[in-house]
Amino acid sequence: MRWMTERMAASAGMDIPVFPGPGHHQDPQDPGDFVVFQRLLPAMAYSFPEEVFEHVLSFLTSQKDRNSVSLVCKSWYEMERWCRKRIFVGNCYAVNPRIMIRRFPELKSVELKGKPHFADFNLVPEGWGGFVLPWIVEIAKGYPMLEEIKLKRMVVTDDCLELISKAFRNFKVLILSSCEGFSTDGLAAIAANCRNLRVLDLRECEVEELSGHWLSHFPDSFTSLETLNMACLSTEVSFSALERLVSRSPNLKTLRLNRNVPLEKLSKLLQRAPRLVDFGTGAYSAEIRSDVYSSLADAFSGCKKLNSLSGFWDVVPAYLPAVYSVCSRLTSLNLSYATVQSPDLSKIISQCHNLQRLVVLDYIEDSGLDTLAMSCKDLRELVVFPSDPFVADANVQLTEQGLVSVSQGCSKLQSVLYFCRQMSNSALISISKNRPNLTCFRLCILEPRAPDYLTLEPLDIGFGAIVENCKQLTRLSMSGLLTDRVFEYIGTHAKKLDMLSIAFAGESDLGLHHVLSGCESLRKLEIRDCPFGDKALLANASKLETMRSLWMSSCSVSFGACKLLGHKMPRLNVEVIDERENLNSLPDSAHVEKVYIYRTVSGQRFDMPDFVRIMGKDRDEMSNLS
Amino acid sequence: MDLINFEATELRLGLPGSTDEQPEIKSTPSPVKTNKRSSSKMDSSVPDEQDSSRSPPAKTQVVGWPPVRSYRKNILQGKKSEPESGSGMYVKVSMDGAPYLRKVDLKVYKGYGELMKGLQEMFKCIVGLYSEMEGYKSEYAPTYEDKDGDWMLVGDVPWDMFLTSCTRLRIMKSCDVIES
Repeated sequence: MRWMTERMAASAGMDIPVFPGPGHHQDPQDPGDFVVFQRLLPAMAYSFPEEVFEHVLSFLTSQKDRNSVSLVCKSWYEMERWCRKRIFVGNCYAVNPRIMIRRFPELKSVELKGKPHFADFNLVPEGWGGFVLPWIVEIAKGYPMLEEIKLKRMVVTDDCLELISKAFRNFKVLILSSCEGFSTDGLAAIAANCRNLRVLDLRECEVEELSGHWLSHFPDSFTSLETLNMACLSTEVSFSALERLVSRSPNLKTLRLNRNVPLEKLSKLLQRAPRLVDFGTGAYSAEIRSDVYSSLADAFSGCKKLNSLSGFWDVVPAYLPAVYSVCSRLTSLNLSYATVQSPDLSKIISQCHNLQRLVVLDYIEDSGLDTLAMSCKDLRELVVFPSDPFVADANVQLTEQGLVSVSQGCSKLQSVLYFCRQMSNSALISISKNRPNLTCFRLCILEPRAPDYLTLEPLDIGFGAIVENCKQLTRLSMSGLLTDRVFEYIGTHAKKLDMLSIAFAGESDLGLHHVLSGCESLRKLEIRDCPFGDKALLANASKLETMRSLWMSSCSVSFGACKLLGHKMPRLNVEVIDERENLNSLPDSAHVEKVYIYRTVSGQRFDMPDFVRIMGKDRDEMSNLS
Repeated sequence: MDLINFEATELRLGLPGSTDEQPEIKSTPSPVKTNKRSSSKMDSSVPDEQDSSRSPPAKTQVVGWPPVRSYRKNILQGKKSEPESGSGMYVKVSMDGAPYLRKVDLKVYKGYGELMKGLQEMFKCIVGLYSEMEGYKSEYAPTYEDKDGDWMLVGDVPWDMFLTSCTRLRIMKSCDVIES
């Protein structure tokens, strides 16, 4: 990109020194190209034909950059929209497909997100929305040459899958993340009809399992598969069909099996796919037999490109050493289903010197995390899930110490998701000082409102240190006992914060006000069970238009405030989600159960169930407000 | 409510004839709370009553907390239940004298009464809950293995706690229960 702009500058007779700009956007792949581009603007605007401009633009991959380009002038807007190939829509209700198709006629890849994040924890009632069928219907008409569809938290029906499988001749990539609403019949349609499919990636979806037969629908002539992730399915597929599929897929790089594929059969598959890069086992248990063990160990060592492992349900520790030969090459390891003890985990981890990402259960304990800190100096991301989230005392020695160790030992650590039962301000302060390069910090102390276990104080100063020292922090989730003070710290320091999750925290509207008025980069805010109400919301109404969305449940937001906000802000949808029966007779002062506010250019939506109402758009409703 | 039901069946931890002891009621240690609001919705009606001699007390369950996806919640039960959310909690059921074991989905039942009925239908026998006054109502007594590997009499703890701690069921002959 840089050499091209330099040449263009030179041929335009300009002697502009082309140097990397400070980069005002966050895409690490394009640190300063757009700033360079801007500097050449005056000379370029009339010097180059459209084709050249489009060719230059083709190197701009980040959507943010392309959006910026389109704002420069009308002709750039026009040129840019004709050559945009990929689109990301963070909220499917923020825009409608017709608007998208009208503006970008040549898309090859569409990515959509539906339900808000808290839907993952059952806070969004069934039937709320996120139905993708209307999008697929329009996209099928507008983009017959579409190649990729990626959906997250959307309701995808078998009809959708069938339509996708038939509407796009050159369809290549289907990634469904946390989606639901479809069955294995839909998968069968995709398998049967998508001749050029490369990627079928089902990430944590809820699939109605009618039969495992869907896999057998891939025709014998189908050889283009590169990624198959079926880890979330629980019915058994025909192993011979799977084996044949793997054998005729020379480009297969990612294969994540489901739990039903037995350990004894893994070596056969691995032998057929020695170029695998990413492998997910099925249930990792079998009778202990040396022949099974050695063929598995041999098969693993035959996969010289393997750098990512996952699966490992029901682990029998005796079989773990079979993966040792792969350990030194591993960059990603997911043992979050492995209910094995810390020593077994440590034995593997201590050999993974190139590990960048580890997902594990709290069985790893502080001792295992010490091993991690010592052995994995390239670690970027750590996720520790709770093995038994609902007991007060799980008899697992995982405390704040483990996280502090890792923050000390792993200098490249950027992203943390940590579930634990105790935390202290001093630990949080240490972590923030050890790792000022953190970009994502999500801490879940299992007991709501748990204080610093040493001092019994709130954890305000601990989280305050995190936002103050970690200046690149873009995502934060907090827990434990927190007063309004922590929000003051956040509003003051967390200038790069993009997403914030709050639960059982704060004392008054002031807390919410600090966040909404201080966090300049905030786009997603989700709050549950906090005493935040109308004042902060209404005082910061215009802020909401700069954000993707705000979720508040079990807070103190009133019906009246929702109506007012909806009425005053026509470009926001203020959705009240409330399952009580006599909603219409509730006074304006009553608190809503849940409110979901998001900006939109497509206005009202019309696919809502009866427990969702968009407030303030109805004139009759407003006549009651003074 | 489940609590009312189990009081009515007058279940006791001890052997028949032992003195009447109320399980010690102890709340889970609560943190210092400056925020007195309890605005969170409770999923189950289980209060913080615990028996101190038991395995670790289950927490009062709040909807969506802790923020763990449903398919991750049953990891310890993993060997028995399926990984996806909402797809049942199957545990093995053995009955003394029966040639083979069965499996039941505990999620299907809303309480002990329904579970007993389900077991009865499955094994074509009368399975009754034990009561202090009347002794064993039937020939058989339901027991279960909890996460610590201990065998417990079914019915002592609130239903929701039972759900999280039961790993398998065994229908024993009442006479065996008395003697053990």
